[in-house]
Amino acid sequence: MVKELSPPKRGAAIRRSSGDRMFFVCVNIVIIPLTIVILYPLIYVLAASFSSVEAVTSGQVFLWPVDFSLEGYKAVFETDKVLTGYRNSFIYLFLGTLINVALTLLAAYPLSRRDLVGHRFFTLLFSFTMVFNGGMIPMYILVTNLRMINTVWAMVIPNAISVYNMIITRTFMNSSIPPELLEAAKMDGCSDIGFFFRMVLPLSKAVIAVITLYYAIGHWNAYFNAFMYLTKDELQPLQIVLREILLMNRVDPSTIVDPELAMAKAGLVNLLKYSLIVVATAPVLVFYPIAQKYFVKGVMIGSLKG
Amino acid sequence: MKPLHTTLKRVRNCWQLYVLLALPLVYLIIFAYGPMAGLQIAFKNFSSRLGIWGSPWVGLDNFAKFFNSYQFTRVLGNTLAVSVYYLCANFPLPILLALLLNTIEHPRYKKTVQTITYIPHFISVVVLVGMMSQIFNPINGLYGHIYRLFTGMNEAPNIMGAANTFRHMYVWSGIWQHLGWGTIIYMAALSSVDQEMHEAAKIDGASRAQRVRYIDFPCILPTAVIILILDVGKVMSIGFEKAYLMQTQLNLNQSEIIATYVYKVGLTTGNADFAYATAIGLFNSLINMVLILAVNQISKKLGDTSLW
Repeated sequence: MVKELSPPKRGAAIRRSSGDRMFFVCVNIVIIPLTIVILYPLIYVLAASFSSVEAVTSGQVFLWPVDFSLEGYKAVFETDKVLTGYRNSFIYLFLGTLINVALTLLAAYPLSRRDLVGHRFFTLLFSFTMVFNGGMIPMYILVTNLRMINTVWAMVIPNAISVYNMIITRTFMNSSIPPELLEAAKMDGCSDIGFFFRMVLPLSKAVIAVITLYYAIGHWNAYFNAFMYLTKDELQPLQIVLREILLMNRVDPSTIVDPELAMAKAGLVNLLKYSLIVVATAPVLVFYPIAQKYFVKGVMIGSLKG
Repeated sequence: MKPLHTTLKRVRNCWQLYVLLALPLVYLIIFAYGPMAGLQIAFKNFSSRLGIWGSPWVGLDNFAKFFNSYQFTRVLGNTLAVSVYYLCANFPLPILLALLLNTIEHPRYKKTVQTITYIPHFISVVVLVGMMSQIFNPINGLYGHIYRLFTGMNEAPNIMGAANTFRHMYVWSGIWQHLGWGTIIYMAALSSVDQEMHEAAKIDGASRAQRVRYIDFPCILPTAVIILILDVGKVMSIGFEKAYLMQTQLNLNQSEIIATYVYKVGLTTGNADFAYATAIGLFNSLINMVLILAVNQISKKLGDTSLW
């Protein structure tokens, strides 16, 4: 009588030497704590943001919300300039990304065509700006002379093309649009502009997704342009408001003399900061799971030789 | 030389491409080359009344002023110290992590670690510095609470504002943010390693550690060299944003780098000196350019790895 062969137990399929087992233990000893160290500050901030003022002030929060409350979030959404900042950031993000992507595509396609007369010259013209630039002060003078200070345009025009993203796009177009396609289209009487809109753009969806996300995150997280070119409160994007509240402690100019109230207020401001960090980062992290593969793809295309 | 009329014909054949390129080109000329023309004020005594082109030339006076000022060695030293420190930590760690991650056979586990370690890359620099100042607050931050818990002392040292901790905080917060992201390119290189080599090595009795050392590591070495070259090229271009946000009156001695100094000299009200600030910025950009070009030449010599 032959016993039926039992399926191998889980994990028994790969037999490892004791040396290898030691090695995997070491790998885990490095990787698990490292992952925790990277994740923990985020968890801590999240936990603190949902706790009560007392719990945060007295340091009871470590892993999860203590004495769950939404006081911090309530305070965040009662701060007018946070809401204005949120709105402004979204405006700059949409308008800016639109301009970015349009200009990047318009530059990338002609530069991907080897038959463009002056191809090398134009490519050099773009690439050179990655190596050398005018710097902070001449840019400031230019933006001032163009009367862009304290306008939306200062937020979306000065960095309208990232040459790095343009090169990613061009590399992608070079490798994914076969020259035969252009020849065939030309035979059928398609013009270059027609080919760009009807063939190149639809075929470049993947890379458009990549650069759109790169640009959008860039706009959301940017503070330099606003810091340099905007002085009016009502135009400030979220990152500037964040800097004022988180780093410069400018929350509310109201003058409270009562020491007890002032203490309570200091605690609330501290809690508000945690909630504000979460509120400001949430839009990025909500999209992160969807966007992750596109970001990774961007790094991959970028690493190809252009 | 091709005859002129052939070239003209070729231009005419692709005129529509120029139409597409026109708008980006206008942008580039105004916003990338325009400021470069503005760099001439580094050699001028700039007055806003006379403008960029009308101000009188002063030769290298502005540069001489910078080289002779006591700030010169300080800001240059700080810039180099922070960026070389960052390079030394930021270059090897992603390689190590990628090599380790690559040995994990459990796909879910690997994916989880990757997903988690990428997250901080997307946090804005303002939020990062804000998080640091919250967590490392010596009184009511996590660091302050833990310090008191373990030492029983009342006051934790302020490591966010102090001068001698600035570099460590700057560098290690950067590592925290970008370590995981930095592994992507190496993971890509590792995924193209020929699995037959691993099989053959296994049959020959190589341990996993040996396979990492003798198969995986050599396979990502070319990528690592390119990344190293790129990083060296960026040594002088350390950004304004994070350093400026982390600055306090107390740590200026170590946190004042060229970029923040340019801002203060050029744009802080009261002592705004456009020409002097531009000269300092130009000095920085020139070193930067020379570094990148030199590094590119080296990589060309080393083989087929020119950057453009």
